[in-house]
Amino acid sequence: MPKLTIDGKEITVEPGTTVLQACEQLGIEIPRFCYHERLSIAGNCRMCLVEQEKAPKPIASCAMPVMDNMVIHTDTPLVKKACEGVMEFLLINHPLDCPICDQGGECDLQDQAMGYGRGSSRFHENKRAVKDKYIGPLVKTIMTRCIHCTRCIRFSTEVAGVEELGAVGRGEDMQITTYLEKAMTSEMQGNVIDLCPVGALTSKPYAFSARPWELRKTESVDVMDALGSNVRIDARGTEVMRVLPRTNDDVNEEWISDKTRFACDGLKRQRLDTPYVRRDGKLKPASWAEAFDAIAARLNGVAGAKIAAIAGDLCDAESMLLLKELMASLGSANIDCRQDGARLDPKNRAGWLFNSTIAGIEQADALLLVGCNPRKEAAVLNARIRKRYLAGGFKAASIGPKADLTFACEDLGNDPKLIEQIAAGAHPFAEILKAAKRPMVIVGMAALARADGAALLPAVQKLAEACNLIQEGWNGFNVLHNAAARVGGLEIGFVPGEGGRDVAGILDGAAKGQIEVVYLLGADEIDTNRLGKAFVIYQGHHGDRGAHRADVILPGAAYTEKDGTYVNLEGRAQRGRRAVLPPGDAREDWTILRALSERLGKTLPYNTIGAVREKLAAVAPCFARVDRLVSASWAVSAGGGAIEAAPFQPAVADFYLTNPVARASRTMAECSALAAGRMPEKGTGTHG
Amino acid sequence: MLKDQDRIFTNLYGFDDWRLEAARRRGDWDGTKAIMEKGQDWIIDEMKASGLRGRGGAGFPTGVKWSFMPKKSDGRPSYLVVNADEGEPGTCKDRDMMRHDPHKLVEGCLLAGFAMRAVAAYIYIRGEFHREGNILEAAIQEAYDAGLLGRNACGSGYDFDVFVHRGAGAYICGEETALIESLEGKKGQPRLKPPFPANMGVWGCPTTVNNVESIAVAPTILRRGGAWFAALGRPNNTGTKVFCISGHVNKPCNVEEEMGVSLKELIEKHAGGVRGGWDNLLAIIPGGSSVPMIPKSICDTVLMDFDSLRAVKSGLGTAAVIVMDKSTDLVKAIARLSEFYKHESCGQCTPCREGTGWMWRVMERLVRGDAEPAEIDLLLEVTTQVDGHTICALGDAAAWPIQGLIRHFRPELERRIAAAKPSRAA
Repeated sequence: MPKLTIDGKEITVEPGTTVLQACEQLGIEIPRFCYHERLSIAGNCRMCLVEQEKAPKPIASCAMPVMDNMVIHTDTPLVKKACEGVMEFLLINHPLDCPICDQGGECDLQDQAMGYGRGSSRFHENKRAVKDKYIGPLVKTIMTRCIHCTRCIRFSTEVAGVEELGAVGRGEDMQITTYLEKAMTSEMQGNVIDLCPVGALTSKPYAFSARPWELRKTESVDVMDALGSNVRIDARGTEVMRVLPRTNDDVNEEWISDKTRFACDGLKRQRLDTPYVRRDGKLKPASWAEAFDAIAARLNGVAGAKIAAIAGDLCDAESMLLLKELMASLGSANIDCRQDGARLDPKNRAGWLFNSTIAGIEQADALLLVGCNPRKEAAVLNARIRKRYLAGGFKAASIGPKADLTFACEDLGNDPKLIEQIAAGAHPFAEILKAAKRPMVIVGMAALARADGAALLPAVQKLAEACNLIQEGWNGFNVLHNAAARVGGLEIGFVPGEGGRDVAGILDGAAKGQIEVVYLLGADEIDTNRLGKAFVIYQGHHGDRGAHRADVILPGAAYTEKDGTYVNLEGRAQRGRRAVLPPGDAREDWTILRALSERLGKTLPYNTIGAVREKLAAVAPCFARVDRLVSASWAVSAGGGAIEAAPFQPAVADFYLTNPVARASRTMAECSALAAGRMPEKGTGTHG
Repeated sequence: MLKDQDRIFTNLYGFDDWRLEAARRRGDWDGTKAIMEKGQDWIIDEMKASGLRGRGGAGFPTGVKWSFMPKKSDGRPSYLVVNADEGEPGTCKDRDMMRHDPHKLVEGCLLAGFAMRAVAAYIYIRGEFHREGNILEAAIQEAYDAGLLGRNACGSGYDFDVFVHRGAGAYICGEETALIESLEGKKGQPRLKPPFPANMGVWGCPTTVNNVESIAVAPTILRRGGAWFAALGRPNNTGTKVFCISGHVNKPCNVEEEMGVSLKELIEKHAGGVRGGWDNLLAIIPGGSSVPMIPKSICDTVLMDFDSLRAVKSGLGTAAVIVMDKSTDLVKAIARLSEFYKHESCGQCTPCREGTGWMWRVMERLVRGDAEPAEIDLLLEVTTQVDGHTICALGDAAAWPIQGLIRHFRPELERRIAAAKPSRAA
């Protein structure tokens, strides 16, 4: 291991470490713009120059690998002068329009100009002006501010896997562009906003709306997909202004999808802010007491078997637990959290987890996708697979609809029967899986939510066993969920009890009049036309499909408005935290259920969220180990039947519109229209 | 003065035919197989003994450079890349070599490629050299047809291919790593070093990039022996060199001369002297536009080689001697070079991207005297902020001409500013 001296301090580091990283290990901060630890090294901003003894020139510390007996100085006049020189060059053509720049207050250039900038400019020529480019509805460009660090280019090329950003022109005429002024097509393009060290790329929906120092920052968890990306919710007053990623190397590294970032304007629209009761066929505003009375009146004398509950995709574990207990106290076993009808065996935890873990993808060397499109269903997870692919020595193949996944993926065809062929070793990909050290399979809802899902799940598990995916210390069987609440619901056991009905059974029963009361906890992804004449209680935050069909609406809180626990697809329980208060009369969901239980005379024994969480921890071990993983022991799930030959249909038809929040978001609507080609691209006039 | 029998480029002026038959008459491709039979180590040792320093401008010992190539492949092939992207203003030597004596280069590719265990040579030729490219391609085809290249080249049992790749007109692609990027089909931008090309070059494989002249002289050196070459010139600055003399001389020319020839002798003997006589000389840029100019007082005595010119704070560069007599507006001349570097900066790294434009704009004002006296020092400081802070040497190349101007002709700048002051005040 090379040993070097930095500012008189000796340090031994791993081979391949750069000088900048070695400096960081010693707590010496080197200024930088282009360097980013998750992107390739460009070495072009020259801000990180340091002095190396016996080198003729200052060296770029971000790009220089350490060598034995190097002597580095970071605090000499030469280094200071070099940094000041580079800073001066960066600023001469920078507009210095900080007062009107959205990056103001969180700008690397501002911060480092404090340390290395001159008091006044010595540049008396005309400054460069660059025409702004249209690169889509999410990212606003003010290209005159660009310092050409190329982080955005490297992100889109390397992480997002879309070669859509690049530089044209050379010298001082170099410009960052999407070449033809097309919108970027990545589901993760918003990350370039965070990566841009200056105000050249900023958030278009957030433009001019707040200053960073006005914002209240709450660390929370995202619910737009089942990944559980760690986010920071920035709010001002009662309004969520923006959502930013938090770093969690085990989950989302430091990326989030565009839905996570930009759907937050949906939190302000279509909100349910007061209870409603249907009178004379119309939903009328009501008080909480009136709403509860209506429910109590309808439930009075109804047998438990005629009551049912469905939990939606965005529910926190606390409210699901309370609803489950409330239903039990009413004598109903008809509960389900699998809105899409996924045929998951609730008794076999390893049969519904992403067992390899998200970080574990980086150890995999072969991957089989079955009926899933991770790019649309979990964009950040897809980026992790691409990261693994870029590292080399990785073979991937897919059984399912053709899709561009941003990594090389052999299309085996869209024939479910292939699963049995591979399991039987009668397909060439079986050899690839068997030859791999850490093979994995990801099965998605396009397969499991089908009518023959109960046959497909054990078939994929048998494939996993046959192809050596289940090893000591490695479980290569993975389920890709689409709903943030799904794993939490399964952990709690929000599934039909003894003799209870599942979602399909509930809908059938409602249609036939066998189910009289249906409690929808944020459940909007079901066919509400099939609810028949049932009395529908909808508890949720958006006036979406469920609320339209409801007879009583109980206004709940969105994920930014409540403390809640969500279990991600790996089985990792994470805490979401309240950033703002729910609007109007809306309440946090577990408190609504607690209050309703009291009105129904079945008071649930929880007075604080702490008490609910204690119970959660007793119900499932994952809730006792927040942020950590509890692995599951391997078994093949119960199921059966024959696999049908019909091809898989995509589980996510429109990435941008998968839940009530996203559907209420104007930004998401615009993205959706653009992606579907329903909207013309907006050029700025330089698009030819 | 170089004796005729020591001349390497015997058809530099195209008096004879360039084709294979004529080239063979002049001694090219003579005993190539025998040289290869002496082995790779012998060739590299002989090149080291010759003291040949790279003719592209940096002057790195060629034999040493070849020896950096892996002796045993780790599975990756090795490549020789010939830098024929001759774009340095004032330089036109490679062009004449390829136009009139292409077989020297082609044979050199085989020998150099063999010595560094390369599987192929890529000659990256400047796009504007259209007809030179055609001639080179024809010469390569002749060599293939004669069995000198390809499988079992020259009957040596060694397989070797030579390809011509045409550039698209960017000066920066003459920088070796930008050239590699361009060769790979990417935007021509220099790469960070390390890793050096000998470790990670074209397509990630070990690569050596050499100037046309360095490769073209190799066969003759190997035929006549390193000692012969080393006996020419001065210690550490051995051999012959093709000088390109342009500007205010009576007969601009390319001429092969011994290293260490005096600048005055070079101009008087080969270029017909300075227009209006030696005393009409104002300054000379001795090594292509990138090196600092030297005033007449230095030109009187300086010798033309790497170390001598370095001692007077200039450089041999590509040995493109740009002569400027007293009619020259030196400030305007350097401002034009500044514009060139501003235009050719790739834009990748900050000091060069921003600094070249700044320097050019100040230079343009200095041409008119439209500046404050303090701006001369400001300009000098800006050049030092660029110089040595960039990924490649283009930043240095943009800074040095201005530094040379200020070093030797500061009074002229001050005079202009003073002369323009009344009109500025008005």
